[in-house]
Amino acid sequence: MTEIGLGHYLTLGAVIFSIGIIGIFLNRKNIIVILMSIELILLAVNINLVSFSIFLGDLTGQVFTLFILTVAAAEAAIGLAIIVVYYRNSGTIRVEEIDKLKG
Amino acid sequence: MEISILFLPLIASIISGFFGKYIGDRNSEIVTSALVSISALLSIFVLYQVIVNQYEENIVIATWINSGSLDVNWSMLIDPLSAVMLVVVTSVSSLVHIYSIGYMSHDPHKPRFMAYLSLFTFAMLMLVTSDNFIQLFFGWEGVGLCSYFLIGFWFKKESANAAAIKAFVVNRVGDFGFALGIFLIFYLFGTVNYSEVFQQIPTVIDKNLSFLGFEVKAIDLICLLLFIGAMGKSAQILLHTWLPDAMEGPTPVSALIHAATMVTAGVFLVVRCSPIYEYSPLILNVVTIVGMTTAFFAATVALVQTDIKKIIAYSTCSQLGYMFFAAGVGAYNVAMFHLFTHAFFKALLFLGSGSVIHAFKDEQDINNMGGVWKKLPYTYALMIIGTLALTGFPFLSGFYSKDAIIEFAYLKGNTTGYYAAGIGIFTAFLTSIYSWRLIFKTFHGSYNNKDVKIEETHESPLVMLIPLVLLSIGAIFAGFLFKDLFIGHGGENLFWAESIKFLEPLSTEHPPTWFLLLTPCLVLLSIPIAYYLFVKNKELPNSIVNMNRPLYKFLVNKWYFDELYEVIFINPSKKLGLFFWKFCDGKLIDGFGPDGISSFIKKCSIKANKFQSGFIYQYAFVMLLGFSALLTFLIVK
Repeated sequence: MTEIGLGHYLTLGAVIFSIGIIGIFLNRKNIIVILMSIELILLAVNINLVSFSIFLGDLTGQVFTLFILTVAAAEAAIGLAIIVVYYRNSGTIRVEEIDKLKG
Repeated sequence: MEISILFLPLIASIISGFFGKYIGDRNSEIVTSALVSISALLSIFVLYQVIVNQYEENIVIATWINSGSLDVNWSMLIDPLSAVMLVVVTSVSSLVHIYSIGYMSHDPHKPRFMAYLSLFTFAMLMLVTSDNFIQLFFGWEGVGLCSYFLIGFWFKKESANAAAIKAFVVNRVGDFGFALGIFLIFYLFGTVNYSEVFQQIPTVIDKNLSFLGFEVKAIDLICLLLFIGAMGKSAQILLHTWLPDAMEGPTPVSALIHAATMVTAGVFLVVRCSPIYEYSPLILNVVTIVGMTTAFFAATVALVQTDIKKIIAYSTCSQLGYMFFAAGVGAYNVAMFHLFTHAFFKALLFLGSGSVIHAFKDEQDINNMGGVWKKLPYTYALMIIGTLALTGFPFLSGFYSKDAIIEFAYLKGNTTGYYAAGIGIFTAFLTSIYSWRLIFKTFHGSYNNKDVKIEETHESPLVMLIPLVLLSIGAIFAGFLFKDLFIGHGGENLFWAESIKFLEPLSTEHPPTWFLLLTPCLVLLSIPIAYYLFVKNKELPNSIVNMNRPLYKFLVNKWYFDELYEVIFINPSKKLGLFFWKFCDGKLIDGFGPDGISSFIKKCSIKANKFQSGFIYQYAFVMLLGFSALLTFLIVK
């Protein structure tokens, strides 16, 4: 059995990041899924930060991770609030019906 | 004074054309008629001066073109030839102006009509008084333009518009030859002024030119090209088809433009260029042959037409043929003489027929007339005078001029001359028959009109009759009074001086007596024949027609010229036009030009438009792609 090293962690991070990206683009249903995908991207970044922090023996990365998690929580709260308000105004949060940017 | 002859009609035209709305119908009519009449009186005075004092002058009004060796003046050349034309043009024009006041009384566009008439008069005067070919061409096109305006005067009538366009287009064919002739003159002589060109003619007699691959004598070519122009304007055979159609215009127009003045411009051109034509016996023969063919052709067609104006139109065509073959046999002065007398009696006939049409409330078919000579006594009498003059009844004007033409053709002494004289006599007989047919069918026999009751036909107002009376005076006496002056005793021609050139003096001999008596006898004989055919025994013409169906059809359809041109020229050019329109213009130019570019841009923008979907996830995706591309670029670098 091989030792789980930096490469594995970074791969995991990359996979989660990719899932997040793909989740944003292939998603046709619900805007909440986009929000969740963004969280996934953030988590992937966190995994990278933590991995490098352990690998380099520098605690700064883990401290940063804690901050990012906090900000992510706040961001998720704001995002959800926006979605709720949007739903109230337009009666839908289906992604294919949200094309107001078209003008 | 001479200049005012030229400018009074122009001023009249401007006043009536631009300010007719403000000064009113009646005032426009008075102004135009008065100014043109003054011009006519002045012209008569000028002619008097020319006759009595041998007055000749070349008044330069302005320098028109001065470019390199091309030096063209706008000038007014007064010599016997132009003085005669001045009188013909302005006097007939002024009478037609006055007549129009009555004839057009129900028309809503009187000022416009009067303005066109005056403008025409101005253009015609420009034509006849020019001292160079360019100004001649200007006048030539000017009268063509006015003719177009006036034929299409009733612009709501589709046939009138078509006739106007036809006249314009057919004239372009002639004008093309004419323009080429002028180019050639400038090429050979380096000048377009008559006097300089005519002086240099003897130097180019033996010069040859290569034209369309043929080696031709330069002088023949000039004459031929100028004559093509003359054929177009004077409605000679092959280019005659526009003249009968031009009868769609108002009758005063037919009288002024398509009988007395504009159509004689071709004859005038040939006579004016007599110093050139004299050196080209070949083309003179062509002129003779074309002239006599036209005279004969038009007379045969006139025999069977039923439209009163078309009969007179073909008669005009035929008389123009006479003038041309007079010029062709070298008797230019006789051609001018016939032009002069013809202007009076043909204008008289046209205006008379206008009076008849007026009486019948715009009916033109002679089969629907008849029996009204008691109702229209003055018109009847005047028409009779016109007909007698036209047919060459002894001692009326046509007698002197037409018989002189036939005599000189006979005296020419060559084959063409004898042939032309024979055709001339026969045509004179035909002329007499169809003219009397017109009179008898219009005024005698039973009344045949269903729409207008005979009690309703009425004599024309005085304003229409007075010009007719004046013209009839001309028709009666013009020949007798001017015969000595124009043709002269024993071939001497002091009057014409330098304006007409005879290489050899005209023959002074007299034809045999039987020959002199032949034409008048035939003309006299034709009156009872016509009376018998068209009044007494109406069945006879019908049975003749039935016996010669194909010939009758041939004549009624005007020798099938229109149909022939339809097949040879009109259809192919229509197809060519359609090809250029639909394929070249529509598919190629528009397809790759404006339409192509616009549709290409439209397609591109539809594609580009798809990028703006409004979906956040797509925008984010593009941002990400861009970001990664940038990043990759920076890392790799």
